[in-house]
Formats: sequence, C-alpha cells, structure tokens
Amino acid sequence: MFEVIEREMIVPNLHLLTVHAPEIVEVVRPGQFVIVRFGEGGERIPLSVADWDGEAGTLTIIFMEVGASTGKLAKLKPGDTIPTVVGPLGRPSEIEKFGTVVCVGGCYGIGSIFPTIKALHEKGNNIVTLLEARSRNLLYWEEKIKPYSSRLILITRDGSYGARGHVKRGVEILRENAVVPDRVIANGCTFLVYKASKDFAHFDVPIIVGLNTIMIDGTGMCGVCRVTVDGKMKFACVDGPDFDGRLVDWEELSKRRKQYVNEEAFLVHNTGCGGL
Amino acid sequence: MNQNQQTQTQKPKKKVDLDRTDIPKQPPHIRRRNFNEVALGYTADLAVKEAKRCLECKRPFCVSGCPVEINIPGFVSRIAGEDFPGAIRVLKEKNCLPAVCGRVCPQEEQCEVKCILNKKGAPVAIGRLERFAADWEAAQDHIEMPEIPPSTGKKVVVVGSGPAGITVAGDLILLGHEVTMYEALHAPGGVLVYGIPEFRLPKRIVSRELNYLQDLGVNLVPNYVVGKIKKLDQILADNDAVFIGTGAGLPWFMNVSGENLNGVYSANEYLTRMNLMGGFKYPRASTPIKRHKNVATVGGGNVAMDCARTAARLGAKNSYIVYRRSQKELPARLEEFENAEEEGVIFHFLTLPVKLIGDENGWLKELECLRMELGEPDKSGRRRPIPIEGSEFRLPMDACIVAIGNSPNPIIPETTPDLETGKWGNIEADEATGKTSKERVWAGGDIVTGAATVILAMGAGRIAARSMHKYLIGEESWTCSEE
Repeated sequence: MFEVIEREMIVPNLHLLTVHAPEIVEVVRPGQFVIVRFGEGGERIPLSVADWDGEAGTLTIIFMEVGASTGKLAKLKPGDTIPTVVGPLGRPSEIEKFGTVVCVGGCYGIGSIFPTIKALHEKGNNIVTLLEARSRNLLYWEEKIKPYSSRLILITRDGSYGARGHVKRGVEILRENAVVPDRVIANGCTFLVYKASKDFAHFDVPIIVGLNTIMIDGTGMCGVCRVTVDGKMKFACVDGPDFDGRLVDWEELSKRRKQYVNEEAFLVHNTGCGGL
Repeated sequence: MNQNQQTQTQKPKKKVDLDRTDIPKQPPHIRRRNFNEVALGYTADLAVKEAKRCLECKRPFCVSGCPVEINIPGFVSRIAGEDFPGAIRVLKEKNCLPAVCGRVCPQEEQCEVKCILNKKGAPVAIGRLERFAADWEAAQDHIEMPEIPPSTGKKVVVVGSGPAGITVAGDLILLGHEVTMYEALHAPGGVLVYGIPEFRLPKRIVSRELNYLQDLGVNLVPNYVVGKIKKLDQILADNDAVFIGTGAGLPWFMNVSGENLNGVYSANEYLTRMNLMGGFKYPRASTPIKRHKNVATVGGGNVAMDCARTAARLGAKNSYIVYRRSQKELPARLEEFENAEEEGVIFHFLTLPVKLIGDENGWLKELECLRMELGEPDKSGRRRPIPIEGSEFRLPMDACIVAIGNSPNPIIPETTPDLETGKWGNIEADEATGKTSKERVWAGGDIVTGAATVILAMGAGRIAARSMHKYLIGEESWTCSEE
C-alpha cells in the first residue's frame, strides 16, 4: 500500500497528489510515468510524474479529474492509502545539451514538464518556457518553473493573463524576440501537443511530445497504447511516451483516444481542449 | 484380454472398464450467457468411479508424460480408495497448483495420451481427477500444511508470479530457502489471472493457490517491475539466486492495413480487460468494455478460443474464429474447440484477413479476407496455407481480436545487457537446468520458449528449481552441470 501525503485541487479540476513511494523516487527520471489504481476493482490509470523529493521519498503527480476513477483519486486525503503505484514506466526523456529548448506545457502537462525543464536547465540548456491555459485561474507552478527558465511566456485563451491566444501566439512571441529553438518539448492534452507539433514545424527541429494514450498494463503487454509514428506501429508505454510530434499520426491517435468515451461517461470538462 | 498389462502389473486380473466418466458441464445455451465455470467437476461418487478404472500399472507411462512428474497412479488409487486427503498429499508432492493444472493442462497430449487405456480410446480422466482432489481439499476447512525444513539462509528472488515462477517459489520454499516473488501487475498469477478466462479458470482458484504459497512463507511483492525499479544486477547483489519467469511481452499484429482502427484488439488487451480488470463485470468494475455485435477472432490456438468464447458471452450476435488453415491444423485443444462450437462460435477456416476497413470515425466496419487452400507441409509439418487468387470477400465486423501470439517480455533483457537472448528476444536458457548465460540467473516459461502452455512453464520451473537448489546448497558450482 502507498500512503497519500498530500492531495489538493491546485486549480479547478486539476489535482496534485503526493504519495510515499521511495523505491520509485530513487530511480525515476524526467518524462516517465506511473500507473495508479485507486482500490479493488479500480482502473489502472497512467499518470505522468510531475516532481519528487529524494529525501522524503515522495512522488508528486498532477492529474485531471475526468471520470469515475480520477474522481475517486480526487477525494483522497493525507493518510489514506492506495493499493497500486507502479513504475517508473516508459522511457525517460532525453536530457542532453541541445542549446535553446522551448518547453510547452498546458493543463496537467505544466506539471509533467517541470522535471524535464529542471534537468535540461541543469545540463546547461537555455530554457524558454511557454505555459498555456484557458484562463488565468487554470495556470499554476509559474513561480516553481521560473527559476529554471530564461524566459517564461504565459498565454491564456481568454487573455485574462499574459498574451491572448493559443500555442501559435507563443510562436509569434518567440519570433518577435528572435528566439530560435534547437528543440521543442511539449506536454499536455493531445490537442495541445498536436498544436505544438504543427505550430513549431517550420523551425525544422525535433518536437518532442509526451503522449497520453489509453493503457492497461503499461509494460508493453496489451498493445492498446499503440500509435503510428513515422509509419510504424509503436507502443507508447515502452517505446514512448516521448515521440517526435512531426512523425505522429495525429488523426489516428485522436480517434483511438475516444474509444471508450461513452463507456467512461466522461464528465464534460471545460478545459477547452478542443476536438481531440 | 490385455496380456501386456497383466504381466506388467503382476496383479490379479482387473476388469478393464472403458466407460470414461463424463464431467458435468453447464449446458451450452446457459453458459453462453454467463462467466461461470463451464465444467462443474466430478462429484465424489463420479471421481471414485473414474479412479477405479485405473489399472495401477507398475511402470506407469502416464507419469513420463507429466512435465512435473506427478505420481499419477499414487493419487488416483487414493481417490479410488476414497482417501481424498491422501490423494491431495501425493499431488502436492510434485505440483503446487493442482486445481489449476487439473483444469488447463492439455492432458490429452501429456499424461492421458500415455495411459495404457488410451490404446482402447478411453484413458483415465487424470486431469478431472486432479481437479477433483484439489477442489475437495479447498472445500474443507483445513488445508494441510507441509513441514518446512530449517532455513538454509539462502535468498532467492523469483521475477514474475505466473506458472513458472509459482513452481520455483513453491519448490524452493519447501527446501528451506527464503523466497521473494515480484509481480509487475497488481494481482499475482501472471497468465492465470490476466489471460485465462473466468469460465475456464475461476480467479478464486488462482488466489487460493497463491494464498497457500504465501502461507508457506513466500514473500509476494506486487506492483514491482524488476528492471525498472531495481535492475537484475542490484537484485543479484542482495540475493543468492534469481529465477526469471516474466512470460509474454508485446503482442503480435498481422501487419495489414487498418490494425489501429478502434475495435481492433490484441488478444492480450481483450483478455486483460476482461480477466485481470474484471471488465465483464462492467459497469460494476470500472475498466470499460465494449459489447460488440460481430466479432472476429483471428488465430486458432487456445487463446483465440478464449477470446471468441468471451465475446459470445458478452452478447455478440456472431462470434467468429478466422483461421488460415483447416480444422485439422487447429492448435487449440480439441476440448476447447468443441466447447467453442457448442457455444455457437462460428468458424471460418482457410480464411486469411488481408485488410481491416473502417468507417469515418475510425471504427472497424468490415474485414476483407482471402480464401486459402492447403499446399505442401511446411517446417512445422502442417500443410502450408496458400491464398486463392481473386477470392477476396468481405465480412461486416465491428470488432477484431488478433490472437496470433506475442513476443517474450522485453523488460529484463533490455535492462540486463549481459543476458544472452535469441532472435525473438527470448532469454537463452539451458534446457536441462534452466541456467542462463548470466551467473546465478535461471529462467523458464514463455520468456524462454515463447508462447506455450501453463504446464510446460511449470515443468521448466521445476527443472530450474532443482538446479537452483543444488547450487544453493553447494552440491554443484555454477559451471559444473553445464559440461
């Protein structure tokens, strides 16, 4: 059993969950995920790791409350236990000296891109961070990310904070400031990482996207997470979750993600994630 | 009438009874609508009646057919004498999973095929009797615990809690070693829980056997992916020996267009959703499933039968098996084929899917197939299927389950560079000992052989456990038995 240290709703619909999982913390790397299961009969939910504390042995996740299973996670209190936190799963993000790296985060991806930003900064990269949200009250961790970024660009869909628009607006701001990326990394909902893959395409540099697919075991056994990348079948859980967004078959991915929409009786969530 | 048999057994002439006792089953039209076990098992009377047919051969061939060398006449004769506790004791000397093996072993090609009565076409129903003894014990309040010898002080790690790992853990704990067993999923049992459906192997039976193992002292750690948390070398540093039984890995697909359409599943996904995650109880269980109307399962093995029979139970109007060879070449057990047919599964033999066609929303709509004919035998000895040109036809379909096998689990090989692997990514292990290329590491089951059966994995576990024990007590060094 894994003890819950903290659980709070940090912005509407997005929750921070910190659990005691020292063995995972010892080996986890940026870009990896864990699978969490709430209780007996509960679904296995893949969730990206957003932070960890080596000394305390705690692991932090940011997740969106979208259905029955995440709804249960959203009710956890400190001291509660959950039966499954398994990982770290997936390949870690590539952390090298690339030069200027533009890191795009939205929704739960603001959390999951944080370890990558930190690690890339420590490797000596020039980090330009672009955070995107529908409205000001959905932005979080701005202060936490700032120290590792040479420039922090904030964009809201309604213009309530920072610039008004979507990823495309961010690309314009970069151009206005003569920022030329050597690499782009995007974390967040499928719509955001898809948009990032399109809007940054003209720079002709790798656009690394962390994909969030349906998964069951998370160890390569079931194959439900398969995606087509560069015309080949890949499994997001063991070959990813990072792929070059320029090569992903987005249309197929978005359709595959919708397989269980009816069954999951998704609460209609107003995060503005568009059609994907 | 059976001179050979008589001289062999040196016993007074026993009347040969060729009336093999049928096992009561749920009728097909009822079981097609539920997930309860199909075969209901022998009553005590039926078991005794069947056991009495055993000729108790002095040199029993049946034992040589059993991968774990159960003393078959020993336990059968005890059932015949109504000594059921004695029967289970004899079984458990060699088999820590009798309730499982009695259900899912292919006895018809192992012990029963060797039974002397098989010459007359009516072998003793060894599997059904094994199942009876195990179920009888479970129905008692008291489970007899074997004596465990004093600790040897040796520490063993078993990676994977499927049939191979369970056998190793069970054997080594009874020899006084300390055993820790790691499982990547949240529920232990490997293929017994994620793969084999409830109607063929109820999950309470698997958990019963695993509880027994834990009562014996095996330390079972679920939710732990060896290779991801600790690597093999770190585990070796703290332990004396390691057994790898990590089983199946990435599912194979057909490599035809449309395989990523919605409604197309690997058998692993379909069965894991249903079994491990209890999807057949949805919405009571929270992992969602679809209730498709027309379902095609591609493949001809036991896994394919499991998928097609599951789909039928979920309310499919038409549950098809699409297999490229003929019925004669079907790799599934005859019993499973017959069960499937009785439950209304429709067989398209000599049929090969070549294209999956979707609708505008990315859902499977049709299966395009080719008719096949059989040519000369191939390397496997089975006649090779050859496509008949211009025979394309389409079947309306809203789900397709691809049950054509899988490669071995890649996690340990990928994270242990000095462990030798074969061309399919399987771990190389010595057949006689289970030893791998890496010192103090043994392996067995599907991770070594590729997809096979529960009992073959258990047999490999038994062989490895024997070699591990010899090494642990210092009877053999790592290298000596390889000569």
